[in-house]
Amino acid sequence: MSRLYVARNPRVAARSLDGEMMIMSGQDSTLFTLNRTATILWQSADGATPLDEIVEHKICGEFEVEPAEALRDAETLARELAGHGILQISEQPIPQRTAPSGESR
Amino acid sequence: MPQLTTEIEPLSLVIDIGGMPVRVNTADAGFLRLLQDRYSGYVRSSGWSEIEFDVDLVSPATPDPAADVRVTSLQGRWTLTRGDFHAEWEPAARRGRIRQTANPYSIDAVLRIVHTLVLARQGGFLLHSASAIRNGKAFLFAGVSEAGKTTISRLAPADVTLLTDEISYVRKQGDGYVAFGTPFTGELAKLGENVSAPVSALYLLAKGRENRIETVAPGEATRSLLANLLFFAEDEELVQAIFHSAFEFVSRIPVRRLTFFPDARVWELIG
Repeated sequence: MSRLYVARNPRVAARSLDGEMMIMSGQDSTLFTLNRTATILWQSADGATPLDEIVEHKICGEFEVEPAEALRDAETLARELAGHGILQISEQPIPQRTAPSGESR
Repeated sequence: MPQLTTEIEPLSLVIDIGGMPVRVNTADAGFLRLLQDRYSGYVRSSGWSEIEFDVDLVSPATPDPAADVRVTSLQGRWTLTRGDFHAEWEPAARRGRIRQTANPYSIDAVLRIVHTLVLARQGGFLLHSASAIRNGKAFLFAGVSEAGKTTISRLAPADVTLLTDEISYVRKQGDGYVAFGTPFTGELAKLGENVSAPVSALYLLAKGRENRIETVAPGEATRSLLANLLFFAEDEELVQAIFHSAFEFVSRIPVRRLTFFPDARVWELIG
């Protein structure tokens, strides 16, 4: 089974405020507020760490869920965020040019 | 010997909003008078301007002012279109051209868009809000249509200077922000005073049975501010700039919810 890689889309603006991650699409100005899981996914989406490792190390510990179930949910979420242009997903590592913190500023 | 040349008065004026003078050139004296009336208090006949627009008046066709506005940039040239106008502007050359019929609404939209584009690079913005000065401090009252912008403007006592009942002009200055008067009016149909003052607070308007002010969490404050910003450009760099400007504003200016019953007592809470 192939692994999935996720990366933050550098074409969006992102800021964290009081633990809330807000993201605005640079293309159509749509504003998104990420929930806790989506925020972890966004902050971990460095293009180099496979999604299953992000789930295992960052999500399972936080939410006490089974790895297989968490991975399925994370894949669904990643594809949803990719559909909004927030994340990029690929079966290959994705070169990144955004700041490691996950904030675009 | 009779004079062989006649000095022709240039059909031109400068519209100075928010400290950014824009010269408008036209070949039509009637249109010039129309602009002088429309922007009364914001016009002068001469002087330096930051941007210069030539206006080409065209015959009425079938304009559709309700058509979506499009603001795009290609190779340093902005194109602004709506059903009732087509404008182009080159910031580097500080010149542009507007094609429209002889009406004040089209050029009004063009000016608003151009101001948003210039302000976005400077940390400022235009905001759907009423604004007013009291005791040397500016207060913004933001909200969607029917939220109470015109109502609170109409209720303002005599010691309040109204900047606008519809679209506020906010410019970043040093560590703070300054609100300027605008000629952009809402239902009140009264031009704001052409003055400015440091912004002291942003109130998110809500109508209710009593007057009260409540704190607003930073996240909600930022979302509300973003929801009320005027911005039209399909431009990733400027969208990102305006996004970060909203966070900067919320980090420096108190944002509160103002629930008010529509009578003059609400102003006892302001200032």
